Amino acid sequence: MASKTKEILLDPLFDNNPIAAQVLGICSALAVTTQMSASIVMAIALTVVTGFSGLSVSLIRNYIPANIRIIVQLTIIASLVIVTDQVLKAFVFDISKQLSVFVGLIITNCIVMGRAEAFAMQRKPIESFVDGIGNGFGYSFFLVLTGFIRELTGSGRIFGAQVLPLASEGGWYTPNGLMVLAPGAFFVIGLTIWALRTWKPQLKEEN
Amino acid sequence: MFEHYLSLSVKAIFVENMALAFFLGMCSFLAVSRKVDTAVGLGIAVTFVLAVTMPLNAIIYRAFLAHGAMAWIHPDLANLDLSFLNFLTFIGTIAAMVQIVEMTLDKYVPALYSALGVFLPLIAVNCAILGASLFMVERSYTPGESLVFGFGSGIGWLLAIAALAAIRERLKFHNIPSGLRGLGITFIITGLMAIAFMAFAGIQL
Repeated sequence: MASKTKEILLDPLFDNNPIAAQVLGICSALAVTTQMSASIVMAIALTVVTGFSGLSVSLIRNYIPANIRIIVQLTIIASLVIVTDQVLKAFVFDISKQLSVFVGLIITNCIVMGRAEAFAMQRKPIESFVDGIGNGFGYSFFLVLTGFIRELTGSGRIFGAQVLPLASEGGWYTPNGLMVLAPGAFFVIGLTIWALRTWKPQLKEEN
Repeated sequence: MFEHYLSLSVKAIFVENMALAFFLGMCSFLAVSRKVDTAVGLGIAVTFVLAVTMPLNAIIYRAFLAHGAMAWIHPDLANLDLSFLNFLTFIGTIAAMVQIVEMTLDKYVPALYSALGVFLPLIAVNCAILGASLFMVERSYTPGESLVFGFGSGIGWLLAIAALAAIRERLKFHNIPSGLRGLGITFIITGLMAIAFMAFAGIQL
């Protein structure tokens, strides 16, 4: 049992990563990763929502009529996201402003819906919770890595602290402005997927 | 007034392209862009649903959810602020609208319905739709502006996905490194397209 739980938790991290392997939840992965701090807050928010939506959907899975299950799942997820949004507004208001509409978009993040539909509807509550947290971690890994690369190369900072001295302030590093803009996100994620698939060849797709 | 709407729609189509500048609707953008036909079909469906749900949500938000919006029902309700119910209300409206659109098309335009068939239910969880409604709140668009913005951003999304699908159809004949095939190269192409669309940034109309 313990090893099975561990497998459910760790499998989505690399082998079955929601972003790289299943192409889910890309929108926010691209939009919020210009800075590390925003990426981490977003990653935590999504992990919490995925975990608890898995738990709640699994608890009532035997009572949900099959033909209205999508709207039931959406309602559960939307309520969890409202709670998360209010908590973020109360405690980290600046970052919440920076994330703008993307906190709300956790509702339509395919990872949350996908896990509720594909896993939580069939499994026991604890397993579903662990599965949600595991997928949240897989997403977080990608998000934090992308945030790290984009913030470091785009502005020479990590968590807002200058680590690479900028040429304009007497240092040696000329920031690559492209990295903080939209195209930079696509390039970083594309190359990360390439690296991950070279390391784990079973993820490769034909054509 | 007309100029204002015109510049808003140009802004929605090019400058603030949903897919390439805000990364919205990315899941279906990447998953359904293998063929031009299906990509265009999905694009039309998204445009339609966006143009319907966004003004509808704008009206609901202004009549019920915003701070003091319920004053028209009873003066006692003037202090009520229900804006925290945004997400739940909007997603409900969108899911219901998608269902209605689906049934209407099935009854009156069966040809279009069978062409869009598979994609219609998926649109309910397309983040471009919910995202547009949330932008409406953040920028306080009026229902009229929402209609223009919703329609414009739908067209912008349609352009982006059709262009990507056309490029991907040609990729089959190219020798791409094996790890980069599929998702990886698609991301890099989208990045290049986003650079092209950045040329529109900063245009003031």
